[in-house]
Amino acid sequence: MDSDKLRRFKHKLLGKNLNDGYLGKIFIYSLLIIIGFIYVFPIIKMFTYSIKDLDDLVNPVVEWIPTKVYLVNYQTSFIVLSYWNTLLFSLVVTLVPAVLQTITCSFAGYALAKFRIKGKVIIFGLILMTYLLPTQVYMIPRFVLFDKLGILETAWAIIFPATFGQGLSSAIFILIFYQFFKMQPSALDESAEIDGANRYQVFIRIGVPLAAPAYLTSFLFSFVWYWNETYISSLFIGSDLYTLQLKLLNFSSQFGVTQGLTQQTINEAIKYSATILIILPVLIVYLVMQRWFVEGVDRTGITGE
Amino acid sequence: MRRPLKRKTRENLVGWSFLSLWAIGLLVFTMYPIITSFYYSLSTVILSGEGIKVTYIGLENYRNIFSTPEGFSFLQSVGDFAIEILIKVPIITVFAMIIAILLNQPIKGKGFFRGIYFLPVIIASGPVISQLIYQGAATIPLVEELGIIDFITETFSEGLARPLANIFSELIVILWFSGVQILLFISALQKIDKSVYEAAMIDGAGPWESFWKITLPSLKNMVLVSVVFTIINLGTYSENEAILHIKNNMFALETGFGFSSAIAWLYFIALAIILGLFFLFFRGFSNKRRTN
Repeated sequence: MDSDKLRRFKHKLLGKNLNDGYLGKIFIYSLLIIIGFIYVFPIIKMFTYSIKDLDDLVNPVVEWIPTKVYLVNYQTSFIVLSYWNTLLFSLVVTLVPAVLQTITCSFAGYALAKFRIKGKVIIFGLILMTYLLPTQVYMIPRFVLFDKLGILETAWAIIFPATFGQGLSSAIFILIFYQFFKMQPSALDESAEIDGANRYQVFIRIGVPLAAPAYLTSFLFSFVWYWNETYISSLFIGSDLYTLQLKLLNFSSQFGVTQGLTQQTINEAIKYSATILIILPVLIVYLVMQRWFVEGVDRTGITGE
Repeated sequence: MRRPLKRKTRENLVGWSFLSLWAIGLLVFTMYPIITSFYYSLSTVILSGEGIKVTYIGLENYRNIFSTPEGFSFLQSVGDFAIEILIKVPIITVFAMIIAILLNQPIKGKGFFRGIYFLPVIIASGPVISQLIYQGAATIPLVEELGIIDFITETFSEGLARPLANIFSELIVILWFSGVQILLFISALQKIDKSVYEAAMIDGAGPWESFWKITLPSLKNMVLVSVVFTIINLGTYSENEAILHIKNNMFALETGFGFSSAIAWLYFIALAIILGLFFLFFRGFSNKRRTN
């Protein structure tokens, strides 16, 4: 009797699987919560600061819970960032390159995974090289080139390289697509070809749907990286047009030249509210996409070897 | 009379048609600027209002790297970076894999946790992270308040305490740079058929064996992607010392874009060597069934 009880207790505590027993569960949740806290902590701090008014900001007693919700900081940031206009432009130089880059990289990844191409090793070498080479190396020559092409200080300076698979971290996306297409069983392709489909049809009908998670992953990353990018955009589109990130980078000087704020001085709370406003769009995109991200994976059905 | 193309040639052509967009882009937007930049590294480049004046000077810029204080401090930063990467890459890869596996378990609030674990991806690649580090928001006060670092220095001998304390104080930053890798591993984990685990369980395999025999082999390719990504992400991070050297010398009066291009090229070679070493290690680690 006793030993039976003990065994059942042991089973409950440790479980058959990592996630069955209580100990395993406690371990998983506590680890996830502790590390998650590290990531959330700065966001919470930024948020609480962003709704503090001047009194709360200087009051050492008020640390985590402001005495009142003070939204004027957000109003101020809205004006300084000229939020809606800047947001629209940021979305243009973020969404368009992200989509185009994902498509082009999927073509390249498919070609490398499914075709016997001459010079494949050289292509891989070149892909890796373009990725390894610090952007700073070829930015000035590219700047001169764009100047000659007359696309400097327009959104095209960001969109063109992305269209041709030379955008931000294109190489990593080609590699991701390569891995995904490589994992797809070639038996499916062959049977489709026997049924009379050509290679392009095979790609559209079989390759693309099966690689849905790769497309989503790649789009998400492209989107975020283009959103956060400041070095290239400051060089290529910097002087009249601004993305939100560029405005944030120059927030203090922007604040100084914004009309109608002369009676106010810049403080931490206003800066944090601007930061929150800039993270918000990506956060929303992720929260919307994340559901598809999971579903897209389940829908594919067939898994790799 | 036209003969149909041989199958091999046709395959080659169709393959290249998929590659063509990328190939054109490579030539115009990357190769041309890269070759120009290489030529710059062999020249003195003066940027002025009228345009660019380039004078060929041979290997002078490269020689300067090994003979001027500016060059030495660059070499120093490359050496530091190499050591840093040897420690950080394994930590980040293992950490990201563990978190991905945990997030892939049937836990409650999965969406909530994934939302949180994507935060580093959103934040660590933008100017926001620099702002957070600068304002001290990216460190957890607990590490300092609980005196973990003091505890380490008091408990261990000096030689052991310093690297340990270093890793601990950098740990938060390391975690912030693991966001993308976590997602990479999650996407690979979801490709694994769950019935394989069930079958293994019926055959009497425990979670430990399942991990080594099913999970890890399926993640093999992603480990490689993750390692490459980590090295390059850290290597081209805009606050990286070596990158700062390249940036600062670009518009510096006495060195200029020529010297800056030269150190950038040298840095590129160093990165390639580091990557090559990891590749060799990885090959040796998993050369059992690698048919290509």
